[in-house]
Amino acid sequence: MTAKTTTAGVAYDVHGDMSETDRRDAAMKGFVREFGAIAAAHMESCVRCGMCANACHFYVATGEPAYTPINKLRPFEQAYHRHAGPFAPIYRMLGIVPSVTVEKLEEWQRLIFDACTLCGRCTLACPMGIDIAELIKEARHGMYKAGLIPERLQLMDRTTKAWGSPATPAEDFADIINEAGEEFGVTMNVDLPKADYLVTVAPAELSEHTKALADVAKIMNRMGLSWTYHSEGFEASNIGYLNGDTELQEKMTRRIIDTAIKIGAKTLVLPECGHAYGAARWEAARWYGGDIPVRVIHMTEFLQEAVNSGKIKLNKIDATASFHDPCQLVRRGGVTKAPRDVLGKLGVTVKELQNHGSLGVCCGGGGGVVSNVRADPIRFKAFELKRREVEDAGADRFVTACGQCRITLTLGAKHFNWNKKVESLLELVADNLAD
Amino acid sequence: MDLLDFARGPALYFALAVFALGTLWRLLGILLLPWGLIRSPAREGSPSPFSSALKGIVVKLWPHKEFMAGGFFTFINGYIFHLGLAIVVFLFVPHILFIKNLFGISWPGLPSNVIYAVGVITAVSLIAAIANRMTSPVLRLISRVDDYISWVMTFLPVLTGLLAVSHLGARYETLIALHILSVAAFFVWFPFGKLMHAFLFVFSRAMTGVRFGHRGAQL
Repeated sequence: MTAKTTTAGVAYDVHGDMSETDRRDAAMKGFVREFGAIAAAHMESCVRCGMCANACHFYVATGEPAYTPINKLRPFEQAYHRHAGPFAPIYRMLGIVPSVTVEKLEEWQRLIFDACTLCGRCTLACPMGIDIAELIKEARHGMYKAGLIPERLQLMDRTTKAWGSPATPAEDFADIINEAGEEFGVTMNVDLPKADYLVTVAPAELSEHTKALADVAKIMNRMGLSWTYHSEGFEASNIGYLNGDTELQEKMTRRIIDTAIKIGAKTLVLPECGHAYGAARWEAARWYGGDIPVRVIHMTEFLQEAVNSGKIKLNKIDATASFHDPCQLVRRGGVTKAPRDVLGKLGVTVKELQNHGSLGVCCGGGGGVVSNVRADPIRFKAFELKRREVEDAGADRFVTACGQCRITLTLGAKHFNWNKKVESLLELVADNLAD
Repeated sequence: MDLLDFARGPALYFALAVFALGTLWRLLGILLLPWGLIRSPAREGSPSPFSSALKGIVVKLWPHKEFMAGGFFTFINGYIFHLGLAIVVFLFVPHILFIKNLFGISWPGLPSNVIYAVGVITAVSLIAAIANRMTSPVLRLISRVDDYISWVMTFLPVLTGLLAVSHLGARYETLIALHILSVAAFFVWFPFGKLMHAFLFVFSRAMTGVRFGHRGAQL
C-alpha cells in the first residue's frame, strides 16, 4: 500500500503494482460490468436537482457540496456514458466524453469510500427514484479492481481472505465462543454437526462485544432450540460487500450458506449487523447463483419471533428509549417494526428521534467508514446530528440493533465526552429474560 | 418556401423524426441491457412487483417532509414550471389545433389570457430555476452542459410563444416561425439530454419501487 495525496491535497491509498493505464482499465472494466438495465436507467435519469444533498448526513453536517451524493458518482457516470450508454459509440467517436483518468479516480476515492456509508437516505430523497446508494456500492467494485480503496478496507480484505474473518482466524473461533460462554456463564454450542439454527457473528462480537455471543446462546437455550455456531461459517459481516471485492463477497456468502446447508439448518441467524443483512438477506442468492434453501433472518427478526411467539418472556423495564435505526436493516431492509415490537415487549416506551424509521439519519460509520480512520473528522461531524436528535428526544436509554452503529456512536460519544451509553437490543432482551 | 413554411414543414418533421428515433434508441439502449432480476425471497406479505412499481412512481411525486428544509424551492419551483409547461403546451387552443392537424385528436382548451398568464409564470419560474442552478454551490458543482442546454431548449419555446402572442419584436409570421423552430430544437435535443426524464422517470422510479417493495422497505 502507498498513502498518497493528489495535487489538490486529497489523501488516497493505492494498492498493487499496476501501471496507470492498467489501473484505469481495471476500474473501467469493474465499472462497466455493473451496468445492467437498472443501473443504466438510474444513471440516465438524474436531472441534477440536488435534492439528494439534503439527505446526506455528511453534506448536512459539513455543508461541503462535494458530498452531494450524485457527485460521488461522477467518474462512474463518465465511464457509463463513454463505455455502456446508448450513445457511447458516438461519444467515443466524437471525443465528447473522455476516458476517466486515474487522477480523477484517486481524487474520488474519498467521496466513494470516506464520505459514503451506503445508507441510502439519498435514494429516498431523489425525485427520480435513483438508487444512488446502490450505484455507489457498484462503483466500489471498479475502485477495488483498480486497487484504489482505503488502506483499512484493504487490510480487512487481506485478513478476511487469510482468516475467513477480519477479526480472528477461523481456527480460534471455537475458543472465543467457549471463552465467552465461560465468562458469562452460558452453555455454548459450537461446531455441532446438525442444528436447526446456524448463528453467525460480526467482527465486533469477536472483540468488543463478546457478551453478544453469550446473549444469543442464553436466549436460544431458553427457547430450547437446536442451534450452533460453526467455525466453517461464522462471519456474516461480509467485507466484500463493503469494499467492492465481489469475489470475496461471493466467497463469504458461500461460506455461511454452505455451512447452513451442511448442518441441515433451516434458519441462518444474522448478527446485530446491518451490512450482514444487506449482504446475506438481499444479495446472497445473487452471489450464490440460485435459490437458497435456508431462511435468512436478522437477529432483530429472530428476537421479534421469540417474543411474539411467547417462547420467551421478558421482565418489564420501566424506561423510555430512543431507537437508532440501522440503515441496512431498516431503510434498505424493511425491518422497521420488529425492533419497536421487541422494545414494546420489554415495556419500554419509545421516544422516536426526529428522523426515524426509514428516514433515520445514519450513524455515520456504515459502509466501512468507521474502519477508515481517514474519515474520522467528517464522521464526528455527522455524529453531532445524531447526538442532537437523541438529546432532543430526551429518552432514558439509547438502543440500536447493529454492532457497527453501536461502535460508531460510542466512538462519537467518547470523542465529545457525551455521557450516553449506546445499548444493544439483543443485550437488553438477554438481560431481561423472565424466569 | 418562406421561414414559416420551413419551420412547420421540413424542420418540424425532421425534429419529430429525431425525437422519435432518438428516444426509442435511448430507451432500448437502456432496457435491452441485462436486468439482473432479484433472486432473494421477497419479504412475507410484500406487494406484487407491479404494485411496488406503481407505488414507486406515485410516492416520488411528493418529497418527504424531512427533505423540505433544504429542497423546498426546488420542489415548489419544479412543480410550477412543470405544471405551467403542461398547461401552456396542451391547453392553448392554437396548440390543440396544431396537434389536431398533425395527429387528428383534440380536446377543449383554456382562454388565451389564462394561458398567457400561465406562460409568464412559467417563464419566471424557469428563470428562477436557472438562477438557482447558477448560484447554488451544490447545483453549480453537479450541473453539466446538458443542464444549461436543456434549460435553453425549454425556455426558448416559452419565450418565443409569449412574444408571438404579444406580437412583440417582429412580424407575427416570423415570431410563429421562430416559435416552431424553437420547439423543433427542443425535440431534436430531447433524446440526448436530461429532457428524457419525461420518459425515464417512470422506469427509474418503478425499478426502485420494486427493489424496495420486495424488501418490505418504505420509499
